[in-house]
Amino acid sequence: MNAYYVAILQGSVLTVGVSLAALLVSIVLGLLGAAAKLSGNRMLVAIATVYTTVIRGIPDLVVMLLVFYGGTIGLNHLLELMGSKASVDINPFAAGVLTIGFIYGAYMTESFRGAILSIPKGQMEAAWAFGMGRVQTFIRITAPQMVRYALPSFTNNWLVLIKATALVSLIGLKEMTYLAKQASAATRSPFAFFMFTGALFLIYTSVSLYALRKVNERYSMGVKRGAL
Amino acid sequence: MKWSVIFEPQNLALYGNGILTTLGLLFSSLGIGAVLALIFALALTGPWAPLRWIVGAYTYVVRGTPLLIQVYLIYYGLGQLEWIQARWDDVWPWTHFKEPFFCALLAFGLNTAGYTAEMLAGAIRETNAGEIEAAQAFGMSRIQVMWRVVLPSAMRRTLPAYSNEVVMMLQSTSLASAVPSMLDVTAAASRVYSDYYLPFEAYIAAAVIYLITTFALIGVFRVAEKHFLAYLAPRRH
Repeated sequence: MNAYYVAILQGSVLTVGVSLAALLVSIVLGLLGAAAKLSGNRMLVAIATVYTTVIRGIPDLVVMLLVFYGGTIGLNHLLELMGSKASVDINPFAAGVLTIGFIYGAYMTESFRGAILSIPKGQMEAAWAFGMGRVQTFIRITAPQMVRYALPSFTNNWLVLIKATALVSLIGLKEMTYLAKQASAATRSPFAFFMFTGALFLIYTSVSLYALRKVNERYSMGVKRGAL
Repeated sequence: MKWSVIFEPQNLALYGNGILTTLGLLFSSLGIGAVLALIFALALTGPWAPLRWIVGAYTYVVRGTPLLIQVYLIYYGLGQLEWIQARWDDVWPWTHFKEPFFCALLAFGLNTAGYTAEMLAGAIRETNAGEIEAAQAFGMSRIQVMWRVVLPSAMRRTLPAYSNEVVMMLQSTSLASAVPSMLDVTAAASRVYSDYYLPFEAYIAAAVIYLITTFALIGVFRVAEKHFLAYLAPRRH
C-alpha cells in the first residue's frame, strides 16, 4: 500500500518537469505572439490572432489528443514519403510539453501584450532617443517593467497550466494522476489515492502562489499605491 | 484525409449525440454552479467568520486542484466508501452515484461553483460604498440592501468574467470523456478515431464543434453585456 504513495510522490517530479518545460515553451511562444500582435505587420497580426482565438476556443484535451495521435500518424506518413522505413512513436512527455506549451502560449500572448501596452510609450521613445536598438530597449526598458504588469495574469495562467498537466495522464504519461489511477485500480481504494494526489497538486499550486506573490512584491517595490 | 467518414450517417449521429451530452452537461453544471455560487458568495461576504473560512477553504481547494482529479474522486473515489455503497442500491439520492452522467455533473457543478463564487464575492465587495450608504439611508435592512441594491449590480458586473468561466466550462466538459461510457463530443471523436484510425479528421471535427459553440456563447454574452451593462458603458456622443 505504501509503495503506491511513494510511486505517486515520485510521479510528482514528472508533473513538475512537464509543467516547467511547458511553461518555458509557452513563455517563448507568448513573447513571439505578443511581438507579432504589436508589430503592426498585417500578416503577423493575422497569424497571431488566429492562433490565440482558435486555441482558446478548443479544449486542451482535444488539442492534446490531436497532437498525440494525429502527430504520430503524420510523422510516420512524412517518413514514408521520404522513403524511410523507420516508424516513430511520439513520446507522451514531448507531446504533453509541446501541446500544453502551445496552448498556454496563446494565453501568455494576451497577458504579455497587455503588459507591454501598459508601459508608457514615452519610455520606449526615450530609450530610442538615447540610441538604443529595439532589442536593447526591450531588455533594458520594456522587459523589467513588463514583469510587474504581466504577473497577475501570468500567475493565473501558471496555475491553470499546472492543473492542465493532469490531462497528460490521458495520453499515457506516468505522472501523478496516471499513477494514482493505476494504484486505485490495483488496490480498489481510489479515494485515498486521489485525495493524496489532489493534496500534492494543492501544495504545488500553493507554493507557486506564494513564490509569485513574493516576486510581485519585489517587482512592485518602486510603485506608489493610492490609499483609499 | 478522408473527410467523408465524418459525414457518414452513423458518425454524424455519434457527433450529434456528443453535442447533446456536452451541452446538457454544460448547462446543467452551470445551473448547479450558479445556485451554489450565489450561496457561497453570500457566505464569503457575510458577517459570520467560521462560514467565511469554510467556504474560503472550499473554493481554495477546488481552484487549486485539477478538475480531472475531482472527477476521478467523485466517480471512482466515492463509490469506494462503504457509507455510500450501503445506500446506492436503493436510497435516494445515493442511487445516482452509480450513473456516470450524474458523477460528471456533480464534479463540474461543484467546480464551477468554486470559481463563480469567488468572482461574485469580488464584485459584491467592490460595490460602490455610496450605493450601499444610500440604501441604508432609505432605511433598508441588511437583507434588503443585499437583495435590492448589491446583488443586481454585482451580478451584472460579474458578467464579463462569468462569460470566461462559461467558455472554460465548455472546454472542461471534454473531461467527461475520461469517465467510461460518457459520450460527449470528445468521446465521440475518440470513438471515430479508434474505429477508422483517422485521428486528424476525428479530432478536428470535434475542435470545429467546440469552436463554433464557443463563438456562439461569446456572442450571447456580448449581447447580454450590452443589455445589462449599458449603464456602465463609456458615454457616447
